Amino acid sequence: MVKSTSKDTQALFHSLRSAYAATPTNLKIIDLYVVFSVFTALIQVVYMAVVGSFPFNSFLSGVLSCIGTAVLAVCLRIQVNKENKEFKDLPPERAFADFVLCNLVLHLVIMNFLG
Amino acid sequence: MVGAGAGAKKTSPEVVKSGSGSSTMLMLKLKLKLKTKQQELLLRVSILCLVYVLAFITRLFSVLRYESMIHEFDPYFNYRTTLYLTENGFYEFWNWFDSDSWYPLGRIIGGTLYPGLMVTAAIIYWLLRLLSFAVHIREVCVLTAPFFASNTTIVAYFFGKEIWDSGAGLVAAALIAICPGYISRSVAGSYDNEGVAIFALLFTFYLFVKAVNTGSLAWALASAFGYFYMVSAWGGYVFIINLIPLYVLVLLVTGRYSMRLYVAYNSMYVVGMLLAMQIRFVGFQHVQSGEHMAAMGVFFLMQVFYMLDWVKYLLGDAKLFQAFLRITVTTALAVGVIALGLGTASGYISPWTGRFYSLLDPTYAKDHIPIIASVSEHQPTAWSSFMFDFHILLFLFPAGLYFCFKRLSDATIFIVMYGLTSMYFAGVMVRLILVATPAVCLISAIAVSATIKNLTLVARAKDNNKVSHSGSLKGSASSSKASSKASLDQSQPFQRNGAIALLLGAFYLLSKYATHCTWVTSEAYSSPSIVLAARGAHGQRVIFDDYREAYFWLRQNTPPDAKVMSWWDYGYQITAMGNRTVIVDNNTWNNTHIATVGRAMSSYEDEAYEIMRSLDVDYVLVVFGGVTGYSSDDINKFLWMVRIGGGVFPIIKEPDYLVNGEYRVDKGAAPKMLNCLMYKLSYYRFGELTTEYGKPPGYDRARGVEIGNKDIKLEYLEEAFTTSNWIVRIYKVKPPNNRW
Repeated sequence: MVKSTSKDTQALFHSLRSAYAATPTNLKIIDLYVVFSVFTALIQVVYMAVVGSFPFNSFLSGVLSCIGTAVLAVCLRIQVNKENKEFKDLPPERAFADFVLCNLVLHLVIMNFLG
Repeated sequence: MVGAGAGAKKTSPEVVKSGSGSSTMLMLKLKLKLKTKQQELLLRVSILCLVYVLAFITRLFSVLRYESMIHEFDPYFNYRTTLYLTENGFYEFWNWFDSDSWYPLGRIIGGTLYPGLMVTAAIIYWLLRLLSFAVHIREVCVLTAPFFASNTTIVAYFFGKEIWDSGAGLVAAALIAICPGYISRSVAGSYDNEGVAIFALLFTFYLFVKAVNTGSLAWALASAFGYFYMVSAWGGYVFIINLIPLYVLVLLVTGRYSMRLYVAYNSMYVVGMLLAMQIRFVGFQHVQSGEHMAAMGVFFLMQVFYMLDWVKYLLGDAKLFQAFLRITVTTALAVGVIALGLGTASGYISPWTGRFYSLLDPTYAKDHIPIIASVSEHQPTAWSSFMFDFHILLFLFPAGLYFCFKRLSDATIFIVMYGLTSMYFAGVMVRLILVATPAVCLISAIAVSATIKNLTLVARAKDNNKVSHSGSLKGSASSSKASSKASLDQSQPFQRNGAIALLLGAFYLLSKYATHCTWVTSEAYSSPSIVLAARGAHGQRVIFDDYREAYFWLRQNTPPDAKVMSWWDYGYQITAMGNRTVIVDNNTWNNTHIATVGRAMSSYEDEAYEIMRSLDVDYVLVVFGGVTGYSSDDINKFLWMVRIGGGVFPIIKEPDYLVNGEYRVDKGAAPKMLNCLMYKLSYYRFGELTTEYGKPPGYDRARGVEIGNKDIKLEYLEEAFTTSNWIVRIYKVKPPNNRW
C-alpha cells in the first residue's frame, strides 16, 4: 500500500515536472516570485510561532505583504498567460500597470500599518 | 451636456458638408440631426439628472415641515463628534477621550466609532468653506444623507446597467430614489451612518461585480476601496464580508468558477482586509472574529481550487489527477479543520457576537440579551411594514427573480443572492429593510424594464415595420429574442390591445408607487422625533418642543459638571444639546452600567438614592407622555429597564412589577410598581392635574387610565424643572442630610 502510494507520488511528480518544463519563461519568473513570497510568509509565521505575535499589526502587515504580493502576482500570471482565453482582450501592459498600482496601494497601506 | 457633446463628435462630417453658418444654427442642426443612439444618450442623461435631483428634494420634507435640525438619537452623537472634528482637527478627534459620557468610566471616542460619516461631512464642510460658502456645519450634517442618496441613484443606474441593461439601470435609479425603505434612514436631518453606508454598500457591490465581469485588478482595487469606505462608515460591512464569500462559494459549487472570479475576489479580499484594519474600531477583527472567518476560509479555498485547476491543466491525465486530488483535498481539509478548532479552542478566534447570532436565529436575543431585544429597530419585521416600505416592489421582486433566473450570468447570480439573503435579514430585523432596499429596487427594476420592453415591442410591432424598433432602447440580444416573440404574437388577435392595456396597467402601478412613496415620506418618515407634532382639536398643528426646552434648561441652569441620569435613549441628546455629563448613552457598550441605571429606576426611592449617590448623580431626567398622550415614554419602556436591570442584579424581578402578568399603572398595579423611582418621578404632582375634560384628575392619556398613586411624596429628590407639556421632567438629587 505504502509502496504503491509512493510510486504514484513519484510518477505524479515526474509528469508534473515534465509538464511544467513547457511553461514560457516569463511565467516561470512570476512563479519563482510567488514561491519566494509564500516562502517568506511561511518564515514569518514560523518566527511568530517561536517568538510570539506581540506587535500583532507588524506581524500581520509582514505576512499580508507577502500573501498580498503572492496573490497579486498570481493574478498577473493569470492575466498575461496566453492560454487563458478569458483575458484575450487585456494587453499585458495594462495587466502589469494594474499589478503595479495594486502593489503600490498594498504597500502604502502596509507602511501605515507597520507601526 | 454629454449627449450633445457625443452627438457633435458623430455628426461632424455632415457639419463640414453643410458649410459655414452661425453657431446657433449649427447647434440647432446638430440637435436635429442627432441619431437615435445620441437621442437615447441625451434622454438617459437627462433622466438621470432628474432622478438625481428628485432623490434629493424628496428628502427635504422634514426641513420644510419643521426646520433644518438633526433628528432622533444617534444622529446627535454623530453631530457632536463632527462638530468636534471640525473644531479640533483630525488628530484630536482620533485621540478623543470623552469624559462627558458613561460617567465615571468615560469613552474612548476615536477607537469606538465608525469615523466615515463624520469625516465625510467634515470634508464636505471644509470643501464648501474653501469655495467660500459660509455654511454652518449643522446644515452640512442635515443634508449629507440626501446628498448621498442622490449619489446612490447614480450607482444604482450603473449597477443595473452592469447586471441587465441601461433601461433597467434607469428604472432602478428611479425606484431607489423614492423607495420608502431607503428614505426612512436618509431624510434630511437623519444624520446617521446608514445614510452614507448604503451608498458605500451598493458602490462596493457594483465595483465587485464589475471586477468579476472584467477580471481586472484595477476594478478589484476600486472595490477594495469601496469596502474600506463601507467599513469606515457602518458596522453593516459584515454583510459584505459574508455575502461576497457566499457568492464565490455558490459560483464554485455551481461550476461557474473562472479566472476572473479568482482575480476579483482574492485581490479585493487581501487589499480590502488590510484597508479595513486601518479603522481602529474594526482592528484585527478580520483575522480574529468568527464573523469574518468565512471570507478567509473562502480565500484559502480559492487558492486550493486554483492550484487544483492548474495541476489538472498541467497533467492533462485524469487518473493522475485523481491521485493528486485525493492527497491535497484530505490534507487541506485536515489543516483547515485543525486550524479552526485550535483557534476557537484557544480563544484566538472570538465567538460570534450576540447581534450576529440574533440575525441567524431571531429568537436568540429575546432569550439571552435583553439590551439588543429592547431596541425597537431590532424587532422582527411585520408584514405591513414590508408593504409600507416596498409597496409594489414586493410583487415585482419575485418577477424580477424570474427574469434573473431566465438569463443567468455571474452578475445576475450576485444580485439574486444579495436579494434573497437581504430579504431574509429584513424579515429578522426591521432596520435591515434598509439593506434589502437596493437589491429589491434593482431586481424589481429588471422586472419592470423587461416587461415594459416586451410589451412595447408587441404594441409597436403592428403599426410599424420590424425595422423601426431595432433602434429603440434595447440591447441587440434581447431585441432579437423579443422580435421573434413579436412575430410569434402576430398570429394571435387582440395581442396588441392586450399589450397596450398591460402597459397602461404598468404605468398605473408605477404612478401609484410614486404617490405612495411621496405620501409615506411626507407623513411617516419626515418627523424629527425630537420635535413632536400633533393635530389639535380644531385641526391645527400643535408642536411639542419639550425635548429641546428641557435640554436648554439643563445647559443654562445646571452647573457645568453636573451629572444627569436618564435611561440610555436620551444620553446622546443630553450630551449634545444639554452639554452635560451622562451616566449611560445610546452607545450601549457596557451592559452592567445600563443595568445599574435600570436598577436605580426600578428600586424604591431610598435604595435608588444610594445608587445615585454612588454614581455622583446630580439630576435625573425622565420622559413622560401622560399629559400629551405621547406613547414612547419611560413608563412604557420601563419593563425593559426592569429586565435589563434584573439581568445583572437578580434582586430586581420582573413579576414584582406585574399583576397577573399584566403591566398596569392604575389602582390595580403592583405595589412595587406604584412606589418605584420611575413611577414616582413620572407621576409626581400628576394627581393634581386634570388632563382631559370629563376625566378625573390624574388621568394618564398615554395609557388611558387614572393613575393608582396620586399622592406621591419625594424624600431624596426634588422637582427641578418640568417642560410646558410635561414631556420631560428633571429632578435634582438632594445632598445628604448634614445631621443625624
